[in-house]
Amino acid sequence: MRAWIVLLTLLLAACGGPLNNPYAPDEAAQNVLFSNFGPDRPKHLDPARSYSENEIVFTGQIYEPPLQYHYLRRPYVLEPLTAAEMPRVRYYDASGRELPSDAPAEAIAYTTYDIRIKPGIRYQPHPCFALDAQGRPRYVPIAPAELERVRRLADFRETGSRELVAADYVYQIKRLANPRLNSPIYGLMSEYIVGLKEYGQRLEAVVKDLPREAYVDLERYPLAGAQVIDRYTYRITIRGKYPQFIYWLAMPFFAPVPPEAERFYSQPGMAERNLTLDWQPVGTGPFYLAENDPNRVMILRRNPHYHDDFYPAEGEPGDAEAGLTRDAGRRLPLLDAAVYTLEKEDIPEWAKFLQGYYDASGITSDTFDQAIRIGPDGRPDLSPEMRARDIRLSTAVRTSIWYVGFNMLDPVVGGTSERARKLRQALSIALDYEEFISIFLNGRGIPAQGPLPPGIFGHREGEAGINPVVYRWQGGRAVRRDLTEARRLLAEAGYPDGREAASGRPLTLFFDTMASGPEAKSRLDWYRKQFAKLGIQLVIRATDYNRFQDKMRKGNAQIFEWGWNADYPDPENFLFLLYGPNRKAGTNGENAANYANPEYDRLFRQMKDMDNGPERQRVIDAMVDILRHDAPWVFAYHPQSYGLRHAWVANVKPNLMANNTLKYRSVEPALRVAYQAHWNRPVWWPLGVMLIVAAAAMVPAVLAYRRRLSATAKDRA
Amino acid sequence: MTAYIVRRLLYAIPILIGVNLITFALFFIVNTPDDMARIHLGAKHVTAEAIERWKREHGYDKPLFYNGEAAGVARLTDTLFVQKSLRLFVFDFGQADDGRDIGREIRERMWPSLAIALPTLLTGLAVYISFALLLVFFRATYLDLAGVVLCVVLMSISGLFYVIGGQYLLGKLWNLVPISGYQPGLDAVKFLVLPVLVGVVSGIGESTRFYRTLFLEEMHKDYVRTARAKGLAESVVLFRHVLGNAMIPILTGVVVVIPRLFLGSLIVESFFGIPGLGSYTIDAIAAQDFAIVRAMVFLGSVLYILGLLLTDLSYTLVDPRVRLE
Repeated sequence: MRAWIVLLTLLLAACGGPLNNPYAPDEAAQNVLFSNFGPDRPKHLDPARSYSENEIVFTGQIYEPPLQYHYLRRPYVLEPLTAAEMPRVRYYDASGRELPSDAPAEAIAYTTYDIRIKPGIRYQPHPCFALDAQGRPRYVPIAPAELERVRRLADFRETGSRELVAADYVYQIKRLANPRLNSPIYGLMSEYIVGLKEYGQRLEAVVKDLPREAYVDLERYPLAGAQVIDRYTYRITIRGKYPQFIYWLAMPFFAPVPPEAERFYSQPGMAERNLTLDWQPVGTGPFYLAENDPNRVMILRRNPHYHDDFYPAEGEPGDAEAGLTRDAGRRLPLLDAAVYTLEKEDIPEWAKFLQGYYDASGITSDTFDQAIRIGPDGRPDLSPEMRARDIRLSTAVRTSIWYVGFNMLDPVVGGTSERARKLRQALSIALDYEEFISIFLNGRGIPAQGPLPPGIFGHREGEAGINPVVYRWQGGRAVRRDLTEARRLLAEAGYPDGREAASGRPLTLFFDTMASGPEAKSRLDWYRKQFAKLGIQLVIRATDYNRFQDKMRKGNAQIFEWGWNADYPDPENFLFLLYGPNRKAGTNGENAANYANPEYDRLFRQMKDMDNGPERQRVIDAMVDILRHDAPWVFAYHPQSYGLRHAWVANVKPNLMANNTLKYRSVEPALRVAYQAHWNRPVWWPLGVMLIVAAAAMVPAVLAYRRRLSATAKDRA
Repeated sequence: MTAYIVRRLLYAIPILIGVNLITFALFFIVNTPDDMARIHLGAKHVTAEAIERWKREHGYDKPLFYNGEAAGVARLTDTLFVQKSLRLFVFDFGQADDGRDIGREIRERMWPSLAIALPTLLTGLAVYISFALLLVFFRATYLDLAGVVLCVVLMSISGLFYVIGGQYLLGKLWNLVPISGYQPGLDAVKFLVLPVLVGVVSGIGESTRFYRTLFLEEMHKDYVRTARAKGLAESVVLFRHVLGNAMIPILTGVVVVIPRLFLGSLIVESFFGIPGLGSYTIDAIAAQDFAIVRAMVFLGSVLYILGLLLTDLSYTLVDPRVRLE
């Protein structure tokens, strides 16, 4: 037994450092960030396809679109990334005559964006750029025998790089139309980028008879809406005026892809090794994907060819005091690597954060009480346990909204009649989202007063920003109107005490949701209770994702809950969710409530082309007032994100729009090592106690064994 | 015996076709190709055109079982069922909907699953059989009673409790092993200690009681009385004679699971961060990735059939009376 313990100890000691360290012994002392991903692994890392949050964590660091969001400034502001300056925007009429910048939107037939990129930017090292002595691609074509010994990208011994050119950006825009890629924004972009729709149709005919992995040389097929002007300049032409287009230029969809990479990966045998652009990205960003095992770990390492990029010196007031400008002027990225480990369950993820093996963590409902204390002023603060560990808290209101929608096509809750509007308004008052946020979100959210979350132009704070249908301003804060007002509205709608005035039958409404299972039950019970406050019976119709989507598309739902996460920080990205022509039923748009109000639609068309300013604010105010009055949604809440990080992690400022924030992060490895050693000292005595107990338990067994062996037949009898 | 094996393997073919047919039917009763496309294209900006393109690119634009637009035998072969199923029989699983090669994924992920399952099985067998024999040795004493009570208590505890409890005690409170994670090669050892320990402990109650029952049945047989009459020590009677004669039911339970050890365990792998096959099927069902679902169901069926065949073969090794013809 002793030998086993010695062996086990030696085995564990050989691992080095704390025994429970999940990494290699010396890793914690390196300039590396340790984080996790999951429960789902990324599905796509191709910038033409990737659109999920868990994918953009990686693609945002690897690929570089021409623009980025300033890391520190608020409200969110775009700045050049690989672009030498902000794009030059020109407007033209239908005859091709250039128009002044203040030309009315109706007169603008085309808009061009001329984007000049910085010279000298180079791609990460990659075998697709490797050249032989004659200057030909080293691995294209690759001999089957050579490919035989390749299991992963690192098995290619030779790598190369090349300078980023404007043609790479144009190539990527063409890729958006490639039917093989199914880019999620192809449908949207083909409405704007000139010729993209036809380009997609042409490619469809081209790839029809080709094998699935075959290389399609997009450079052979020109696209009118994306053209190379010179080595470092390209032009995008869109139809009409679409000022929000510039925000798309800060997303990986518009990052450059080198044609060499696609040619390299399209060779036979590559896909069977998971060597595809979808899994092994090639970019110019601050990091490259050095290890990609989405079932275990994904490692980003510093791109040795990364171009000049420096930590910003200015932010918003308070940033300097918070230490966020301490690294001003330092060359980016500040980290050498970032290790992301797959964690499917919250419990081990949280435990490893507390042990110091993850540098940062979110907060789940299960761990909220352990991590956060709500102060007497209602503000969240760290618990004493977190403070003892020198953990830091960051909070931010997400640029999202959750809402309960009414299907405006429904004969009971929908339509523009006074009766239906009052019913919707009554329900807007009755659904107490202050209570919801407290019970189900641990206070991590703010009740929504309209469709626009804080941080988006058009959102108003204070008394000017409250929804007067649901709230009144009292004592310097918004107070939900009393239930008696809701009951009054309900009675005026023809449902006194929740019963139909004519027949006396109780009013029964139907709530469609994707939520099901034990976790959702309490939430759905809460909804029943809220409707019951007005005497209304609520029938929950829980279905799976597909059936729910199907009902929404057909306009068969009555009341439903849904949410929206901003693509970009412009009010158009929220207000279009209620734009009439954008309705879900029939046209498959994003207007799930199928709301249509001619005045709102008119104002929307006016607002979407305006620059931010008092005039645009006035139009937005008018639009929001219409929505509050018509109440096609119960504006539920804007969620807040809470993030924890250890003392050794610096330069953390929530930026809900930027995708490439990893390059600003820094860590203090010596402090991490010290804390890890302190928190993870092995405790051996319980094992000793267990051994003693086991030995003690053996004594009667041994005695009984001996007694039995020496027993006679008479004894046994 | 060769003829027997060949016959059993031939029986497997209609079984596998049937399993594949049922999997196909069940999957497409619940999901349509349009649903699959929507799941993969995401929630935003999805157009009807994009859905059609996705279906075309992934081969889901064909009819399920009968293609009325085709001619001749193609009416049956140019269908989703045949196109997606035939390759399985040569173990060509194709690509998942996210583009990753399924065969490669299975080959990579089965080893971590096996790295937990095999030591758990072997250590568990040694522990459970020894403990059961010990209880049988002390049968009808307070030690036996205490052992049975302990087994019932252990059986009554949820498997998840062992996982969380083990992580809390050994990983978090005593800091002796990593709570979760995995490294390939020899580095895997420190990550396997806890899941193997949890796997063995969580099975003690149920398995020990099962084996104890088997051994107790044997204890009343004539050969045991004869062995005792010869003057053999009780330990020899138990470990040589009783254990040997109880091997057939033990093998029935053990050999059948050996091939399926590759498929891993959902809960253990999820909580311990083991990149095995345990969650592969469940994740695929959630993602409506039919390519993975059909591959894993097919593989599971093959391994189950293989397990049953191996069980039959193993009988011949432990019981000379058994002949396979």
